[in-house]
Amino acid sequence: MATTPVTRTSTRSRRTSGAGWLAWRDLDLVLLGAVVLLGMLGCVLVWSATIHRDDLTGGDPKAFLAKQVVNLGIGLGLMLAVAATDHRWVRILAPVAYVCAIAGLVLVLVMGSTVNGSRSWLMLGGLSLQPSELAKLAVVVGMALVVAERSEGRWRDRVGTADVLLMLTVAAVPAALILAQPDLGTMLVLSATVFGVIAASGAHRRWLVILAGGGVGVAAFAVVSGFLEKYQIDRFLAFTDPGRDPKGAGYNVEQARIAVGNGGLFGQGLFDGSQTNSGFVPEQHTDFVFTVAGEELGLVGAGFLILLLGIVIWRALRIAARTDDVFGRIAAAGIACWFGFQAFQNIGMCVGIMPVTGVPLPFVSYGGSSMFAGMLAVGLLQNIHLRTLTAPASRMQPAQRVLVRG
Amino acid sequence: MSAQPSTSSRRSRLRLIVIQALVFSLLATLGARLYYLQVVTGEEYRGKAASQSVRDIVVQPERGLIVDAEGRPLVTNRLTWVASLDRTLLGRMAPHQRHRLLGRVGRVLHLEPREIARKLVLCGTEGAKDGVCWNGSPYQPVPIAQGFKDATALRINEQPEDFPGVVVQQQSVRAYPSPYGINAAHLLGYLSPITKDELDAAEDGGDTSVNGASVVGRAGVEKEYDAWLRGQPGYQRVKVNANGEVIGEDSDLKAQPGDTLVTSIDARVQGIVERGLHQSIMTARATVDPVTGRHFAADSGAAIVMEAKTGRIIAMASEPTYDPDVWTGGITQKQLKRLYSEAAGTPLLSRALQGEFAPGSTWKPFMTAGALTHGFSPDTILNCSSSVRIGNRDFHNHESAGYGPISFAKALEVSCNTFFFQVGMHFWLKYGSDPSDVKAKDPLVAEAEKFGFGSPTGIDLPGEASGRVADRKWRLAYWKSMKSYYCGLADKPQDSKTSDFVYKFAREFCLEGYMYREYDAANFAIGQGDTVVTPLQLARAYAALSNGGTLWEPRVGKAIVSPDGEVIHRIEPEKQGRVHLPASVLHYIDEALKGVSREGTMYWKLIGFPLDRVQIRAKTGSAEVYGKQSTGWVASYNEDYVVVQMISQAGTGSGSNGDAIRKIWEALYGVDGETVHPNRSVIDGVTPPDHLPVFGRDGSILPPAREED
Repeated sequence: MATTPVTRTSTRSRRTSGAGWLAWRDLDLVLLGAVVLLGMLGCVLVWSATIHRDDLTGGDPKAFLAKQVVNLGIGLGLMLAVAATDHRWVRILAPVAYVCAIAGLVLVLVMGSTVNGSRSWLMLGGLSLQPSELAKLAVVVGMALVVAERSEGRWRDRVGTADVLLMLTVAAVPAALILAQPDLGTMLVLSATVFGVIAASGAHRRWLVILAGGGVGVAAFAVVSGFLEKYQIDRFLAFTDPGRDPKGAGYNVEQARIAVGNGGLFGQGLFDGSQTNSGFVPEQHTDFVFTVAGEELGLVGAGFLILLLGIVIWRALRIAARTDDVFGRIAAAGIACWFGFQAFQNIGMCVGIMPVTGVPLPFVSYGGSSMFAGMLAVGLLQNIHLRTLTAPASRMQPAQRVLVRG
Repeated sequence: MSAQPSTSSRRSRLRLIVIQALVFSLLATLGARLYYLQVVTGEEYRGKAASQSVRDIVVQPERGLIVDAEGRPLVTNRLTWVASLDRTLLGRMAPHQRHRLLGRVGRVLHLEPREIARKLVLCGTEGAKDGVCWNGSPYQPVPIAQGFKDATALRINEQPEDFPGVVVQQQSVRAYPSPYGINAAHLLGYLSPITKDELDAAEDGGDTSVNGASVVGRAGVEKEYDAWLRGQPGYQRVKVNANGEVIGEDSDLKAQPGDTLVTSIDARVQGIVERGLHQSIMTARATVDPVTGRHFAADSGAAIVMEAKTGRIIAMASEPTYDPDVWTGGITQKQLKRLYSEAAGTPLLSRALQGEFAPGSTWKPFMTAGALTHGFSPDTILNCSSSVRIGNRDFHNHESAGYGPISFAKALEVSCNTFFFQVGMHFWLKYGSDPSDVKAKDPLVAEAEKFGFGSPTGIDLPGEASGRVADRKWRLAYWKSMKSYYCGLADKPQDSKTSDFVYKFAREFCLEGYMYREYDAANFAIGQGDTVVTPLQLARAYAALSNGGTLWEPRVGKAIVSPDGEVIHRIEPEKQGRVHLPASVLHYIDEALKGVSREGTMYWKLIGFPLDRVQIRAKTGSAEVYGKQSTGWVASYNEDYVVVQMISQAGTGSGSNGDAIRKIWEALYGVDGETVHPNRSVIDGVTPPDHLPVFGRDGSILPPAREED
């Protein structure tokens, strides 16, 4: 078992050795376009959210815009780098990334900074990193890798108990570290992603039932046993009734709703949102960036933002569906689940149908870690996409690279 | 298992479709929710957004000025600092932040944090203390302190970060320039904050001229002409950020200043009248009452100068008085208590129109009018004996003087009581010797009512008392209302608390208090007994004697002028009624009252006064009040003016008031010794000006052109 993947990898590397450069037109341009648009929209929204916040920007209204543009640039670079990387290198580097993420999570617990009650930030020089963002990608890739490595050596395509348990193990380590921070939002997203990955892997239905049941059980236990304090439950449920935590999460919920509701159909106009300008919504450039879109761009603009996210997820799932590669399929599906749930969690929080937890909106919220993790994931999607295009041809003509589709 | 070679793969692909459906339904949910928030309930959230990001700062209007007939400002405005706290922002603060802020604000403004907290409580909510709580809009900043130093205001305004939600602004409050040292507190009135009920009523009535921080007129012309003086508040809407700091203007609705009230008061005359009254009281207090052997208490007094032809008030004073400035910026409990305190003589009460006193002999001219139109004639001669026996008691003249058989004119001149006793008894015997007949005719009562006694004069000042004509009807009604009290007193054996007089009185009252006896009628005829009048009623009645019988509603207000100098409304004097008296009767009384000045009871105070040029008619009076020293009156008039002054517990009318009355007449006509200098009159042209002061477009006031001496 242990030798099979190595043989496979070596054969594959020979076949694809010609694909060292990036073919622009082969990229999923719809996905790329949506992501770039989201990123640019994010820059503008972050700018608008911080333009009057001298307390944050230190007097330079473009400070956050500049940083976020750099983040976007680096992210796009990372994305292209991953997209251009040879498929086998991706699979070789994946475990490294996983280990790095774990190391980052451990470091955070050891020497991280506490922001908003969670020890989630690593301050490296002037740079702040959030390893849990990267961990989400690492978990997806790790789980996909486990299934792929185990299935590709066998003649029968079946995800069994061992696979599921291995996948859960891969997920459990970072999950435990994230829970220790504690970062409930990331934990929720991670749980949903893991669930999605296992579902996408084709594991038997009973696993899904067990996992779902287990999740509900753990949640119920946490509440009943008193593991969660009342204030934590109130905080969590503040979205149903802001009065449960009026000065904390309830205030966020209420202000976010007011800002979004204030937008109406067409919004107050970019940079003209009264609530945004006045800084009523806390963390508006990061976790609550969607409220800027809601207030200033209205239903039309915010709906467009959701649409763009939908396009990203759609393309991710399309890539997952089209690839023959087990790794690619599971990874792409996992990324789609991750983006989908995180977007839902974040926007849901901004519109008051999900609890207030600190998760960023992919590609839009201010912050490097989230942007880099998201862009790396998109890079991986592009990589899988490119492989799907090249794979059938390379199987027939191992030494020659032929473009099948444009 | 081998029959399904790619179970997982196929399942996986199927599941991708499920995941896709799931994810898209989640996104659709977001879209639906977004639609609900922004379109369906958007209006509600837009309202909330506006209310928290915009702060309405009420700009209180500059209240209208009150000026005298010459345009001299009697009440103006000055600026003072007001600090307010934004409740909305405070509510969002954590308790410890709030506590710290209140502490800091308290230190700067010298207030206890608890005190500030009490002011922030909305009226009508739990823990609200009346008079302290905030009855304005919960979205408006609540005023917590005013009248502090510039340095304090500067400190707060320059460190907004230390004082989030604290708004410091200038606001105008009343100022009293006191031209010629006048006080005029009762005339001008005062302001105090609007009450919740008044505010609710105004809101229900669509009145936007008041808000929670408004002050409204409570007395005097400030109350009467409040609607004119008030102006229209402005609303400055500013955008605020989440910390309550102002980040920009939103809109600005300018405040409309109130209109100027021109009064008929002449500040110079007012000053002379006030000083004269005060001086009279001080003199009386230094004088020993020959009857009681004590110094005169001279507890209160009033003086009025009225224009006889129009009923306009030229000056009106009341003692004891107070400084109207105590109301400015909120009165303290202690100050308020003093204003109502009986020990301090209830300074808030305007004696001129709210004080009710027995008129004494100043009543006699009206009795004369009644008598002369009902059977008596100028030729009537009655014996002015030193006493008259009525029932089983002797009723004496003042100092038991007797003058023999005299006419009405002489009786007025010497103020003969026994003469008028006989007049009163005559009508009592003629029409209603039955003491319990309520419907019995009484020409003297009818005459008094014709002269406006017993009902309000209708002056444009609030809270006027109506006085009382103690006739048969009143007597019965009074007996009914007091019967149980006095009968209860009489039924019990006499104890140490009730004096012999009171006990005897109670017994008599209980049994026959409803009866209008002969001596009641006699007493009525000399202005004694239970009949009381306000000094204003008396002045107006004398004005009717002067002007041929017209009963004016006295007026203080003369015109309303807009802030840009346009005359909006002229306040014309109104006739309340007319006393129909034959010219001969009026003339007879007029001549008789001239005699009072020339050789009667007023003569000794007018020695050397050029009565041939300024023909003062006068009548003095001193009314006896049970348990008190007598009330001194002087009512005087000529063709232009009526001047009345009275002092409670100050002895005889002329003795206590004569000098002050003379000084007023001297001032009005520019009398110096025995000569008259009309150009030295305090009022240009001697009579009050008919025209108004000249108002500039910018609201400046130019006095009517005159050659100032």
